[in-house]
Amino acid sequence: MSNKKKYWKNLSDLSSEKVTGIDDIKQREFVEEIPVDEFLGDKENLSNSSTSRRDFLKYLGFSTAAATLAACEGPVVKSIPYVIQPNEIVPGLANFYATTISNGYDFANILVKNREGRPIKIEHNKLAPSSSAANARVHASILDLYDSGRLAQPMKNGLPTSWVEFDFETKRKLKEINDSSKPIVLLTQTFASPSTSKLIDEFKKKYSNVNHIIYDTISESAALDAFEQRYGQRGLANYDFSMANLIVSIGADFIGDWQGGGFESGYTTKRIPKKGKMSRHIQFESNMTLSGANSDTRISVKPSEQKLILLSIYSKLFSINNNINLSDKLQKTVDSTVSEILNSKSKAVLISGINDVDYQSLVLQINEKIKSKAFNPNETIKSRLGDANKVKKLVQQMKNGEVGALIMAGVNPVYSLPNSQEFIEGLEKVDVSILFTMKNDETASHVDYAAASSHYLESWGDAEIKKGEYSLVQPVINKLFDTRQFQDQLLIWSNSKKSYYQYIKDNWEKNILENSFWNKVLHDGVYSKKKNNITKNKFLRSAAEKTYYLDLQDLIDKTSSNKNLYELTLYPKIGMGDGQQANNPWLQEFPDPLTRATWDNYLTISEFDAKKLNLYLEPSTFFTQSRNDANGGLNGKYAIISLNGNSIKVPVIIQPGQARGTVGLSFGYGRSRGVKDEMKTGVNAYRLYKNFNTVQEVSIKLTDGKHEFACIQLHNTLMGRGEIVKETSLEVFNTKDPKYWNAEAVVSLNHIETPVSSPKVDLWDEFDRSIGHHFNLSIDLNACTGCGACVIACNAENNVPVVGKREVRRSRDMHWLRIDRYYSSEDTFHQDDEKKDNISGIQSSLKSFGELENPSENPQVAFQPIMCQHCNHAPCETVCPVAATSHGRQGQNQMAYNRCVGTRYCANNCPYKVRRFNWFLYTQNDEFDYHMNDDLGRMVLNPDVTVRSRGVMEKCSFCIQKTQAVILKAKLEGRPVAQGEFNSACASACSTGAMRFGDINEKDSEIYKLKNDKRAYHLLDAVGTKPNVVYQVKIRNDKKV
Amino acid sequence: MDLRYKRQYLRSFNFRNNLTSFKFFLIHLFFTLFLILPFTNSFAQDVDITAGKSLFNANCAACHKLDKKMTGPALRHAENRLLNDEGLDKQWIYAWIRNSSAVIKSGDSYANKIYTEYNRSAMTAYPQLSDIDIENILAYTAQEKPIPIVATVVSTAGASSNDLGLSNEIILGIFSALFFLLAIGLLLVSNTLRNFARLNDVKLIEKEKSKPIWKAFVDNQFLMLCSAILFLLVSAYGFYGWTIQIGTNQGYMPVQPIHYSHKIHAGDNQIDCNYCHSSARVSKHSGIPSLNVCMNCHKTIYEYNGETTEEYSKTFYDGEIQKLYKAVGWDDEAQEYTGATYPVKWVRIHNLPDFAYFNHSQHVSVAGIECQTCHGPVEEMEIMYQSSPLTMGWCINCHRETNVKVKDNEYYAKIHKELSKKYGVEQLTVAQMGGLECGKCHY
Repeated sequence: MSNKKKYWKNLSDLSSEKVTGIDDIKQREFVEEIPVDEFLGDKENLSNSSTSRRDFLKYLGFSTAAATLAACEGPVVKSIPYVIQPNEIVPGLANFYATTISNGYDFANILVKNREGRPIKIEHNKLAPSSSAANARVHASILDLYDSGRLAQPMKNGLPTSWVEFDFETKRKLKEINDSSKPIVLLTQTFASPSTSKLIDEFKKKYSNVNHIIYDTISESAALDAFEQRYGQRGLANYDFSMANLIVSIGADFIGDWQGGGFESGYTTKRIPKKGKMSRHIQFESNMTLSGANSDTRISVKPSEQKLILLSIYSKLFSINNNINLSDKLQKTVDSTVSEILNSKSKAVLISGINDVDYQSLVLQINEKIKSKAFNPNETIKSRLGDANKVKKLVQQMKNGEVGALIMAGVNPVYSLPNSQEFIEGLEKVDVSILFTMKNDETASHVDYAAASSHYLESWGDAEIKKGEYSLVQPVINKLFDTRQFQDQLLIWSNSKKSYYQYIKDNWEKNILENSFWNKVLHDGVYSKKKNNITKNKFLRSAAEKTYYLDLQDLIDKTSSNKNLYELTLYPKIGMGDGQQANNPWLQEFPDPLTRATWDNYLTISEFDAKKLNLYLEPSTFFTQSRNDANGGLNGKYAIISLNGNSIKVPVIIQPGQARGTVGLSFGYGRSRGVKDEMKTGVNAYRLYKNFNTVQEVSIKLTDGKHEFACIQLHNTLMGRGEIVKETSLEVFNTKDPKYWNAEAVVSLNHIETPVSSPKVDLWDEFDRSIGHHFNLSIDLNACTGCGACVIACNAENNVPVVGKREVRRSRDMHWLRIDRYYSSEDTFHQDDEKKDNISGIQSSLKSFGELENPSENPQVAFQPIMCQHCNHAPCETVCPVAATSHGRQGQNQMAYNRCVGTRYCANNCPYKVRRFNWFLYTQNDEFDYHMNDDLGRMVLNPDVTVRSRGVMEKCSFCIQKTQAVILKAKLEGRPVAQGEFNSACASACSTGAMRFGDINEKDSEIYKLKNDKRAYHLLDAVGTKPNVVYQVKIRNDKKV
Repeated sequence: MDLRYKRQYLRSFNFRNNLTSFKFFLIHLFFTLFLILPFTNSFAQDVDITAGKSLFNANCAACHKLDKKMTGPALRHAENRLLNDEGLDKQWIYAWIRNSSAVIKSGDSYANKIYTEYNRSAMTAYPQLSDIDIENILAYTAQEKPIPIVATVVSTAGASSNDLGLSNEIILGIFSALFFLLAIGLLLVSNTLRNFARLNDVKLIEKEKSKPIWKAFVDNQFLMLCSAILFLLVSAYGFYGWTIQIGTNQGYMPVQPIHYSHKIHAGDNQIDCNYCHSSARVSKHSGIPSLNVCMNCHKTIYEYNGETTEEYSKTFYDGEIQKLYKAVGWDDEAQEYTGATYPVKWVRIHNLPDFAYFNHSQHVSVAGIECQTCHGPVEEMEIMYQSSPLTMGWCINCHRETNVKVKDNEYYAKIHKELSKKYGVEQLTVAQMGGLECGKCHY
């Protein structure tokens, strides 16, 4: 069963007819020709031109002479040293500080790399638990610090004011309100901060009538309520998937942002086969999510069916009779899932993303019943504490004029509330409204006082992300603007003379630190307190007992759905989260792992429904350009989705794997204020987030217009060559020889099949790389979840420019590292295999795919990060006419930018399509008004990496600046390089361990073992490029269901 | 490195005006001997002023100057002043020096007055100083303030050099005028003779008109061809050389906001380069020293007392020190920082392009290369300039020729053993170690 599956990247691949638009693009390196012939061939145009040939020569001569003269004199460069140099800063050396991000949506323990006093990169804090590792958004959050659109001072009714005035006026008004006995309401994000909680308690004491409401933009209220009902405290149960052999997820995207995220590192430890064993993951879901993409068995079902499935599993496990009507196929799947759960016993775990208290308590009961080892309510997650009902009530109170003062921090309700119009009406009836915000955002324009708050990298703070896991937040840069953090303001309002720093220190030394010291904890960033176990017998049994008698029949009755409406599932996109980072160009240009679309959100719909609703664009042909433009840009139709009279016009994208009768739409887009015009992308899905429920029943109809997506889906296809993604099933992996499922390519030498690694078939003489360092990167396709943290880390480390939607659409994206997503057609590997066995010849194979009832109904997904493969026998190097790209003995394919003249031969000759050409100057260019166009945004640039100019080719360098830094440090200290000291930005950002970087000349290193692993293979090894990147064959634990 | 600093006294004079300098030196020597000798003689019998001076410099100079208030009071004629103004004798001085806090504690009024006047910071006790030591120090402080020698010398030197300089020019001028007149005279003579000849009908013997050399040259096509090729080659070489130096800025010597003399600091005073450019040892940047580093010394060194020239006088140098004080916000009178700072905007001289990575610490600490190898004779530079071309070819040449310093560096242990065996050499050059790879400097 070697892997001969047909992989496809887009629907057009499956079409049995020749699709002109796409096929043409596949044949081309650059999708758009340079229109030289067009221009020169147009005689009329040329003769009408006001610039004659003579004029042209004059201009040419003048500009050449001018340029030559200008080049003779170098500019005068000024250097300004410190007056008094801080002790810890040595120019040219990086400092690292441990801190914590807790912005209400993302919570992570991080290290911040500082150069000359400015933070430039976010790294993992290795002392912290891996569950609080940084994701793509956290890596990108460093750029938010240098956002030129930040509020620079407090505002009063939209006009700048001073803090003195702000303090004076707000204090007076709060006192008045306090005297009038109207309530003061604090509407804040989840801080998960012990000191802030204490501070708010003190604030409550100072002002008698204070009501603190926590508002999570994307609510987990249902799960929180269920947990509270059952265990008597607010929080979320932690799940350690490294303890599970079987993971059943019903609509929970736990590799994404479900319940705060951070589960992927535990998940992947069990996904890498060890001693022939790995965990099994069954996913029931409607949208195609990262979790579904990584699952072994994915069943696409409607949200209403998810409820029935959970009820069915519950009643089977608890042996309750039920009359749940599921289709035969689904019933069979549920039955086999239940038997798998029973077989795995305590090694199974079931989770659900259904937004309903009752169902969430069923999940808790199930995990208790099977005594799941992965289920850990003691390690309560505290990063979501919002209460949706209180928020709903607050809006009502505000409208009734019952609220005296509304103080908001870290929230943007005018943008993120479904009933924001009501909220605005309510705000007008509030006596005084104060907002702590970094931006002049939607809410800021409706409040009396918009207080400029500091970025988390400029603030002090603390966090308790999980119970007993404490961490500190420390500023890593002086405040860039005249800003103040919310907690400092609370202290001022409480008439305290303390700074928040002193407050935290006192609080920690008194209440948190036991046997440790403040300075040490500040250095480490994290502090783990021995958990005083609230063991299960301390749980509120009475509440627990109560839920056993949930009226199942009532729940079943409530699941009936309107057959004429579509079930919409709202979801946070990996890149954008809840939308607070919408002004971040890195995240805007971050391609969605599944649709590969950038700069947009859209309605995901199945092909079946799209055809039904006439939302389907036919593939482009020679005569028509429909789905794709000639340059490959993806087009989509617009749909209007309506919910209770609220309607939104959204572009439609066809998502393979989307359950029929369902659609998906992501949060986080459609920002209207506080972001640059370029970032005002997509539509605001919060308008449909009724009752804080992510599942809504909506009607959909076609509307006019054609939407242009900037989707990198079509780019750089590998032209159907070879086995790009190698995968096999666990059964085959365990029983067959690696030669069967991971066969090396063979070429014909004198009519004898010779393995491609044999020196006899090599064009080149091998260079001996056994002396010194030799870098390799291993990428485990089993552990790669497609989360994209590496993409953003690479952007930050290597000064990768942002090119904007228009350029991405033209295939001119600059990402050095992309994560290719491949679909394969069948539900399971077994079915694929059978199908393949019945296919003979390419014609038949295409026909077979065409014959399939609906090939994209539920595909399997594989993610494959691709960057420069650093071929030891690199095809790009031999074609460079100026030797700008050459090979180092340490295995790195080096790029000398200043030598490159931009012929682009190298990109043409690269079999992996990893080279990127600078079509424009992306720095200090008003056409590309992103972070590299303003002084503040450029502060994020890594001073060790050249900023490339126009006309230059670039690509992944294997982070040569990092490997060199390690070597130089070792030389300076006069010692050999330590084990595991080498790392690339992508590998160090990878929280799942899918990417490992290192020196294969260290024979006892992990990378050496990985390189020689039986799962290891090289991409397109038949080409004989001998890459220094190795991939590990993907193993799926699929069984016949 | 030290060797390079150890220049002869004479060498340290400004080479651009050797003649003047030499004269100035002689006069200086004369005045110094003349002024110092009488004092030396008068005290030589009982106290040793030289010993006193060295004791003063070792123990007192950190806080006291002779003529200027610093952390402690100015000390010139301290003994006399104490005796005359306060009526305090030598015994009091002994007690004070050996243990000032005890004197303060004893309730001595003058001691307490001084104590409060100088920010209530007690003077370090010096119980180790003997009576004779203290005598010597007092003798040193009792010297008369010398007439500002250097200033006098400068004016004298300036005047004398002016005289001589003028005369030189005049002589040269006279000579050239003479030659000019002579030439005109000769021409006139020749003309007159010709006229005479013409008038007297004397036939001048005309030279037989042979083919001029240039015409012969032009007629010879082979020679023409060769010389044309030669001409083209030479001009191409010249053009190449000219274009190559564009942007290299070798010899770039900009005017700096503060006239900082590396000659005085690194040359005359032999301060180690790494004292100020400390990050060169650990970082890729050598670092322009922050002003607090300057103040480590210049808190006490408020005036320049070294050799001066006409162009760079003592007033000039003292003015530059004042510029530093202004920039760092140091009030020299009150001996305190005012807090008003004006960071110095130095003009950068050594300016590698952004696409080239250069690491100072690797060259300074790992390779042990002397700063002068690339930066030239900095210790002789009154004004800093770029000594080397800093081009890639220049880097590469050095990497080809220089051996890697592997001694006592564990990093190289394995790689050097294996590589030198592979290349069959004793010592590996940087190039053999991979130092010519593009990616080592360009990323």
